[in-house]
Amino acid sequence: MIFALVLIPLLAGLLAFVLPTPALRRGLLVGTALVHSALTAACWKWTPAPALGGWLGLDAAGLLFVSITSGLFLVVSFYVVGYLGQEANRHAEDFEEGFLFDNAPEAVFIGCLLLFLAAMTLVVVSQHFGLLWVGIEATTLASAPLIYFHRHHRSLEATWKYLLICSVGIALALLANFFLGVAATQTAGDGFPMVLSNLVAHARELQTPWLKAACLLFFVGYGTKMGLAPLHTWLPDAHSEAPSAVSALLSGAVLNCAFLGLIRVQQICVAAGLGDFGRSVWIALGLISVVVSAVFILGQTDYKRLLAYSSVENMGIIAVGIGLGGVGAFGAMLQAVNHSLAKAMLFLLSGNILTRYQSKSIARVRGLLTAAPATGLLWMAGFLAITGMPPFGLFLSKFTILKAAFDSNHLWIAVVLLAFLAVIFIGMTTAFLTMSQGEPEKTTSRIADRWWQILPPALLGLLVLWLGIFVPDTLSNVLHQIASTLGGAQ
Amino acid sequence: MLITNLILALVVLTNLKLLGSSRLGAMIRIVAAQGVALGILPIFAHWQEFSLHFALLALGTIIIKGIVFPWLLFRAIRDADFGRQIEPYVGYVASLVAGVLALGASFWVCSRLEMPGEIASPWMAPVAFFSIFAGLFLIVSRKRAASQVLGFLVLENGIYTFGIGVAVKTPFLVEIGVLLDVFVAVFVMGIAIFHINREFDHINTDRLSQLKD
Repeated sequence: MIFALVLIPLLAGLLAFVLPTPALRRGLLVGTALVHSALTAACWKWTPAPALGGWLGLDAAGLLFVSITSGLFLVVSFYVVGYLGQEANRHAEDFEEGFLFDNAPEAVFIGCLLLFLAAMTLVVVSQHFGLLWVGIEATTLASAPLIYFHRHHRSLEATWKYLLICSVGIALALLANFFLGVAATQTAGDGFPMVLSNLVAHARELQTPWLKAACLLFFVGYGTKMGLAPLHTWLPDAHSEAPSAVSALLSGAVLNCAFLGLIRVQQICVAAGLGDFGRSVWIALGLISVVVSAVFILGQTDYKRLLAYSSVENMGIIAVGIGLGGVGAFGAMLQAVNHSLAKAMLFLLSGNILTRYQSKSIARVRGLLTAAPATGLLWMAGFLAITGMPPFGLFLSKFTILKAAFDSNHLWIAVVLLAFLAVIFIGMTTAFLTMSQGEPEKTTSRIADRWWQILPPALLGLLVLWLGIFVPDTLSNVLHQIASTLGGAQ
Repeated sequence: MLITNLILALVVLTNLKLLGSSRLGAMIRIVAAQGVALGILPIFAHWQEFSLHFALLALGTIIIKGIVFPWLLFRAIRDADFGRQIEPYVGYVASLVAGVLALGASFWVCSRLEMPGEIASPWMAPVAFFSIFAGLFLIVSRKRAASQVLGFLVLENGIYTFGIGVAVKTPFLVEIGVLLDVFVAVFVMGIAIFHINREFDHINTDRLSQLKD
């Protein structure tokens, strides 16, 4: 079953490169997404047996993240089909500088999307650190051509930065893997395979200095990919230049994959009695991310970059939650789920706005509620969701993290977090309200939105709302299981 | 041991040559030579436990790093304008001085590190760290996209050297996966260079500076 999860999108991706017609390729995309999510849903009912001698397996964290990834991909795939129908094979005019450009061939786009899904699945089902690394690097490589879908110099710049910064970061994570190997060799004589359960069981025998060095390098490596400041520099560029559906996947799924890598590292740290060391790094990186994103959100002029910086902010909040441990870790996992859904929803909507207004500038978008009522309403709902207003799910998760900070006597963390969340709220409010309110210009198109532009984001929005009102027991059990492996006061 | 150390000395020299070199064609050939040297390194470093596994991996490394990468990179920069003199952010002499200092620092740091049980050669770790430094330095101090890719390769070579030196037990599947990832990385970067070259008429990344806040 685990093999099928990885192999189906892999083979479908390769097949997409050779299929003759667009209709077949799009059908393949949606079909694969459906099969993949059905398999994932089955994993909740029947826990799949570990494969490859325990190298592949689904623990609680893996199950949670494979569900987010697979669900998002399914929703996004419907959007992509509509989007490709609209964008297919025409010369597009760049609306910022007015030159003509081509889009990448559709076969490449769909093929890379499916390979991207395969790589993300490999990351979440890997229990072996080497395999996890291979998967994370593969997500970078499969998504780079997706960012370069619109072939012009700005997207090329974004792709180049993404490729180089993430590859270098992830190369350092490979060094961290070797350090972890060194930490494991001496004590156990021959050393043991770098499988998570194995490392956790023998954690006390690991050499502390090498483990600490490995841990720091992992934070640099996977932290780059996760978008933790100050290593986030690729993120706003890639998210703003990629097609909106790709931005939704980057923000909703890929950042989580790197986050999962770091969760594995923290699990080992906790087992080795270095939980406090790991937690201090989490808190430091988390707070820096929140502060840096607040600075860039305030006065941001580009709404896709605004959403990108909001992802940096949310990754920061998640990191602080893990750093607090216990209840905070539970809140962080809930925050990760909610953020994926809400951010994917907002990115899909930003695609609708971009098509209508032909501009990414906040100042150029006016009267969204009048020109496109459906998109406008969802856009405002998404705004309330992402800033953590009740009754949306992010309110619950942010509240849990803040409460954990107060309860564990980390008053200063709570104060810093609250202060900068307020700043971010002001920045976001200004942007979202100016876009929604007012009268649209006469030139703005008034064509009603298509179903594929509305249904996917609306569905994601409903899920965030649902999670705010009611967290199902099965989900909350899984979240508790993950939190219990991350240490801290329970 | 002697041959292992000779190979490691060769790696150090190629790194220094790269830091002081301005010609792209020469740099690609040097990195290819370094790749081949590292490809045969595991055979000599672990000749007692020589197996089919090592032979296959060495063969794969030599083919990919020694033949496929130079071919890909030469193809990617085929139409690049070589006539224009491109000054790096850090000059060549300054780069060399930084390289020599980093070499000294690597040996000093490694002399204070507690290495695990058996290690093929005492030079292994310092040379690995020096390669990692040289790679990172090339990436941040050079303007040409192709030079940055070469820097990435040197960085990866350094990490690979460390891996051969200490973590003998890396499973075959992971090693193949790593090699495959690096291959695809250079392949995708090669395509990107080709496009940068076409879009901007040259391959400097200092022109890639429009996206900022």
